[in-house]
Amino acid sequence: MIEFLTGAVFVGFLASTIRLAVPLIFASLGEVFTQRSGILNLGLEGIMLIGSFIGFTAANLSGNLWVGVLAGMLSGLMIAIVIAVFDVTLGADQTIVGIMIVIAAQGLVTYLNNVIYKGGYVPPRIGGFTPIRIPLLADIPVIGDTFFNQNILVYIAFLLVPLFAVVLFKTTWGLRVRGVGEDPRSADAMGVNVFRTRYLALLFGGMMAGLGGAFLTLGYLGTFNDNITAGRGWIAIALVYFGQWNPYRVLAGALLFGGVNALQLRLQAQGANLPFQFMLMLPYVLTILVLIGISREGRGPAALCVPYRREVRT
Amino acid sequence: MTESPYRPASGIVEMIGITKRFGDVLANDRLDFSAQWGEVHALLGENGAGKTTLMSILSGLYRADAGQVRLRGNPAQIHSPRDAIEHGIGMVHQHFMLIKPFTVAENMVFGLKSPREPWLDLDGVAERVAELSNRYGLAVNPRARIQDLSVGAQQRVEIIKALYRGADILVLDEPTSVLTPQEAEELFKILRELAGQSHTVIFITHKLDEVIAVADRITVLRDGRRIATVGKAETDKADLARMMVGREVLFRLEKSSTTPGPEILAIKDLWAHGADGRPALRGLSFSLRAGEILGVAGVDGNGQGELAQVIMGTRRATAGHIYLDGKEVTHASPKERLMLGVGYIPEDRNAVGLIGSFSVGENTILNTHFSPPYARGIMLDRRAMVADAERLIREFDVKTAGHGERAARLSGGNLQKLVLAREVHRDPRALIAAQPTRGLDVGATEYVRRRLLEQRERGRAILLISADLEEVLTLSDRILVVYEGAMTGLLDAKDVEIGKLGLMMAGTKQPVAIH
Repeated sequence: MIEFLTGAVFVGFLASTIRLAVPLIFASLGEVFTQRSGILNLGLEGIMLIGSFIGFTAANLSGNLWVGVLAGMLSGLMIAIVIAVFDVTLGADQTIVGIMIVIAAQGLVTYLNNVIYKGGYVPPRIGGFTPIRIPLLADIPVIGDTFFNQNILVYIAFLLVPLFAVVLFKTTWGLRVRGVGEDPRSADAMGVNVFRTRYLALLFGGMMAGLGGAFLTLGYLGTFNDNITAGRGWIAIALVYFGQWNPYRVLAGALLFGGVNALQLRLQAQGANLPFQFMLMLPYVLTILVLIGISREGRGPAALCVPYRREVRT
Repeated sequence: MTESPYRPASGIVEMIGITKRFGDVLANDRLDFSAQWGEVHALLGENGAGKTTLMSILSGLYRADAGQVRLRGNPAQIHSPRDAIEHGIGMVHQHFMLIKPFTVAENMVFGLKSPREPWLDLDGVAERVAELSNRYGLAVNPRARIQDLSVGAQQRVEIIKALYRGADILVLDEPTSVLTPQEAEELFKILRELAGQSHTVIFITHKLDEVIAVADRITVLRDGRRIATVGKAETDKADLARMMVGREVLFRLEKSSTTPGPEILAIKDLWAHGADGRPALRGLSFSLRAGEILGVAGVDGNGQGELAQVIMGTRRATAGHIYLDGKEVTHASPKERLMLGVGYIPEDRNAVGLIGSFSVGENTILNTHFSPPYARGIMLDRRAMVADAERLIREFDVKTAGHGERAARLSGGNLQKLVLAREVHRDPRALIAAQPTRGLDVGATEYVRRRLLEQRERGRAILLISADLEEVLTLSDRILVVYEGAMTGLLDAKDVEIGKLGLMMAGTKQPVAIH
């Protein structure tokens, strides 16, 4: 057992857990802000997919990974603008809008993949972000190789967690976002621009989901394939509920999901006596079970999913 | 600063020719209004007279379709609540505009720039709140969460919030509707204090006694128009009532004396949770007899709503018993209770009492459609429904285009008449009437009240749950006072002292006088 805990296999497992958690951290953190402002963005799966594709393609074309990252974020932002027009300005049903976005994105990406990479071909590989060893810290046994020998995007993801928590709970902007999600009518009466706040939160969330998608191609796989997101966008939304709209708890959820995912990958590799499809199911089943347990006690933003209109008399 | 509260030539607020339309409804019709510096100005009118709309325009929540607003002698463009705040206008709405999970301090600065931008400076805020508290006698703890405060305290937070944001024009919308008589007294003192310290207070109400108690001048609105603006000294209650309603008003309803019959409904040590999962009813016991109206008095939100729901079976009792004609129905389904003869006028007629997208006729058989004459086997007999619906529409004077009109198109008063018609038509032995006249105009209110008294004379047992204290006092034979879901008193309506009643509503237990 001790051997296992210090062995290379275990370190590999932990490091993989972290990497698998990162796209979820990005997308979920953004969604925390979006939902805190009272908007449910169900389109994350679509945004992540587009972000992964655009990010990958832009990096391929430019030969610069950072251009890819920015392009992924920008594509997320653009889709979020569309969602915001429907959700915030027009007061449409947020569930329908989100699902519509996912379906549209899936169709669009399949099409573009066919056109640009000729579908059947294995898309060209580019070198993804490479790990950066942090001196001294990376030499600590187990922890070093787990946490301090990762690529730059992984470090950024983990630094964003406390940063976002501070913004949400300690700044005037965070207070505005939370207030708008609790009671938009009161917020409006107190001079807060509900529409602008929700737009910003939604655009920000879209950008983060685009970043999460770009990480999949640029920071993790180094390649693009159809359905690369594999439901991670939905999991990211589930994690927001799991995390009770709190960045730290969302991080815990992302690590849990990443851990189970990393575990099943290793079990598959070791040739466990189960069809691999069941292994693949494992993280998703676990997410559902945990959510059932947790979401019963949860209390989200009171105005989540409720469109705000100004002169409607109540 | 000038000492005199009056400076006649200086209308600090002037609204000229304000018109505002909501769909087909003309809420404000070329309205003029002006308030002066340092006065308490009452805006008096019935529900739907356009008072709240006018003040929502002043505070930037609504935009006028036509008309002009002038502040301190200059034209002002108020396009949003933020503009209003910058012009020194603070509005205390009937439904408080506070973020409930936030603390008092967080609500103060919500939406404002912080001196330590982008960081919040909640300690600085707390100091400033304490200062304002002291200066105007508004007791409030800046670190308390809004959801943990009493309604009266939340209202004080609203006033402080307006002052914190630099308001010197303070608008209050029906501020006493959620207060006990004592809390209302307190509030009036605060308003006088504010006016004395050179604030202008505009006070929306439909209660004549309050106008007489606190206002310097009064503007009366009716049907979206201004009827008059008068000084308090030049008018009296009867005069104001006439202007408000447009005809002579009787302040007393005829109530015959009846002798209560046998016990119809008995409640024994009833407990239930509220929507927040905390106990809303804490061991309530009472009995309701044939031919009497038992009024439930209490500040809104002290378990009255839950009581009606538990009696009807739409909310589970966690302990205790409910008996109907001596038969236990504590765990009976709502339908069983209806069939046993309980009538229900729910608090929220739109969400619970009716289905807006159904026709008026369909709404009259919502809780009888499964039995003859409306049901024949599995088929609905629409002809029977239509025949009865038309009779009820006539009998209860429901203003509608006909039995086929969608219920959602009816006005509040007519909807309530429809619910009343349906319930009375079923001829229940006990009638639970929750806020039966809330939001109705004087005419409809009078009608509903007369019908309730009629049911009482016919020997029906009526439980009247109402936040309108005057209604409880005029209609009831006995009054049950509740506070936080428990009884604090049971009084004979003939000898009620308002002061004592107010204390009970605020939670002071009194020995039970009668049983």
